[in-house]
Amino acid sequence: MPEPAVLARGSATPAATFWSRARRHPSFVLGALLSGLFAAGAALSLLWTPHPAAEIDVPNKLALPSAAHWLGTDSLGRDIGSQLLVGAQTSILVGVIAVLIGLLCGVALGCLAAARRGWVEEAVMRLSDFTFAFPALLSAIMLGAIYGPGLVTATVAIGIFNIPVFARTARASANAVWSREFVLAARAAGAGPWRITLDHVLPNIASILIVQCTVQFATAILAEAALSYLGLGTQPPTPSWGRMLNEAQTQMFQAPQLAIWPGAAIALAVLGLNLVGDGLRDLLDPKLARRR
Amino acid sequence: MSVFLLKRLLTFAATLAVASMVVFAVLELLPGNAAQVILGDTATPESLAALEARLGLDQPQLQRYGTWIGGLLQGRSATSISYDMPTGALIAERLQVTLPLAVMAMLFTVVVALAAGVYAASRHNRLGDVGVMFASQLGIAIPNFWFAILLILLFAVKLQWVGAGGFPGWREEDGGGLWDGLAALLLPAVSLAVVQASVLARWTRSAVLDVMREDFVRTARAKGLSRRATLWRHVLRNAMIPVLTIIGLQFAFLISGTIVVEQVFVLPGLGRLVFQAIANRDLVVVRDVVLLLVAMVVFVNFVVDVLYAVIDPRLKPSDA
Repeated sequence: MPEPAVLARGSATPAATFWSRARRHPSFVLGALLSGLFAAGAALSLLWTPHPAAEIDVPNKLALPSAAHWLGTDSLGRDIGSQLLVGAQTSILVGVIAVLIGLLCGVALGCLAAARRGWVEEAVMRLSDFTFAFPALLSAIMLGAIYGPGLVTATVAIGIFNIPVFARTARASANAVWSREFVLAARAAGAGPWRITLDHVLPNIASILIVQCTVQFATAILAEAALSYLGLGTQPPTPSWGRMLNEAQTQMFQAPQLAIWPGAAIALAVLGLNLVGDGLRDLLDPKLARRR
Repeated sequence: MSVFLLKRLLTFAATLAVASMVVFAVLELLPGNAAQVILGDTATPESLAALEARLGLDQPQLQRYGTWIGGLLQGRSATSISYDMPTGALIAERLQVTLPLAVMAMLFTVVVALAAGVYAASRHNRLGDVGVMFASQLGIAIPNFWFAILLILLFAVKLQWVGAGGFPGWREEDGGGLWDGLAALLLPAVSLAVVQASVLARWTRSAVLDVMREDFVRTARAKGLSRRATLWRHVLRNAMIPVLTIIGLQFAFLISGTIVVEQVFVLPGLGRLVFQAIANRDLVVVRDVVLLLVAMVVFVNFVVDVLYAVIDPRLKPSDA
């Protein structure tokens, strides 16, 4: 069928409508800018950093910000700005993998529980309770004790913790959808549990899941930073924002400025992601969007 | 209701039992065995055999699991290798810091978050709402340990009002006291609560807003009930279900947060105990502390499950 040459006024595509509304959503725009900056910093560091991130320059240690070192140097004379840029890579890598682990396993389990009810739901929820009883930190402590602390064990630990978070959210929202009249109508029309899950449940819980993804991404960044701060995450010489804070704390009385930049970087990245999540919630949920 | 409670109690006990098996099994996965890990690669075969016998590693796994759990149920705990005292006594000592810290942080969290969340929802899209949402966005984004470091920078390094960390103890004969103890936990509790309260305030606001759009709220308003009365009698009760879920979920974060913040403030709590135990390769302590922390999370979620049924009678026992 040929496309109409000119779209009638008011009949823009959903994507175009989305973007035109997104541009007018200030916190979404701010969040997108911060997240973009975060991603751009990580991408830039793959190609270029002001100084090699691991380059030690002891004569220039604890330097204040200058033209040569925009954000100053740490106790070994390493360039703080370069370490921050490379540290963004670590955060993104951990965040993406940990969220994917949680999303794929958790949503499948949550939808299964809501669709099947009965003993399946009971089993899934108990499994979820059970996995949930192991906060990322505890899993990382135990995994670290076995395999040694490191980025992989930290990422897996955070991912495992994400599974019950997604499973609970998916199951609670899916249960609410299952009790709605349009699902009853679909069942009356002969649709089975899988058809209903795919056609009605997932589209109706997608916006909640997207918001949860951005929140969990942000949480994963925070968790990685905390684990690295404790020495259970990224190991030297890989730069990590959490480990930079750990090193900064030992220099707190001599060079308090060292504690500012890595924390600010974590906070801005997390703030950006959360603002994007909030914005998406407003923009993707037509029920909320109409009424706001 | 009593059948429901019994069922929940049984699943609580079963979850704990499985959790203990997982903790036991995971630490059994160690390459080599616990004695090897504790002594390192340079251990002589004789010292290895002696430690294996002391840890009971020469017995079958099932028997060791039985001894561990049986002992715990009878109030006996294994002896820590590095401290040479029962883990129960060690943990009880450290809980005197961790438990008050967690309770203080949770109290701050719930009070601040419910007040801020309900206030924001009742001022929806007005200045108060925007202010609360902005503050909570900032609070959520700040890592608790960084906030803790900033508090130390401000109050210990710059203003020099408090020490940079440490805990004086609860008893006056130890040089501390109730107020000194509470004062030492104040900054750690605030740094834990800021993040948690920000998360909870957002959820409270959105739960209240969701309920305020329900038909029964319109009906309540239409029959002449004031906005305030509708909020307290109808909206809050219904909004509490998702809020309680989040409080339950947050408890796990609070436990992790406590462990991290204890490191920042050098507080002699469970967190420091477990990290010292890892450094000393004292696996007996790691095992028992991890089990205790897991048990605390499971217990709080059991309480949340029971509260669901109390708050919302529509959640029949078979659904809850």
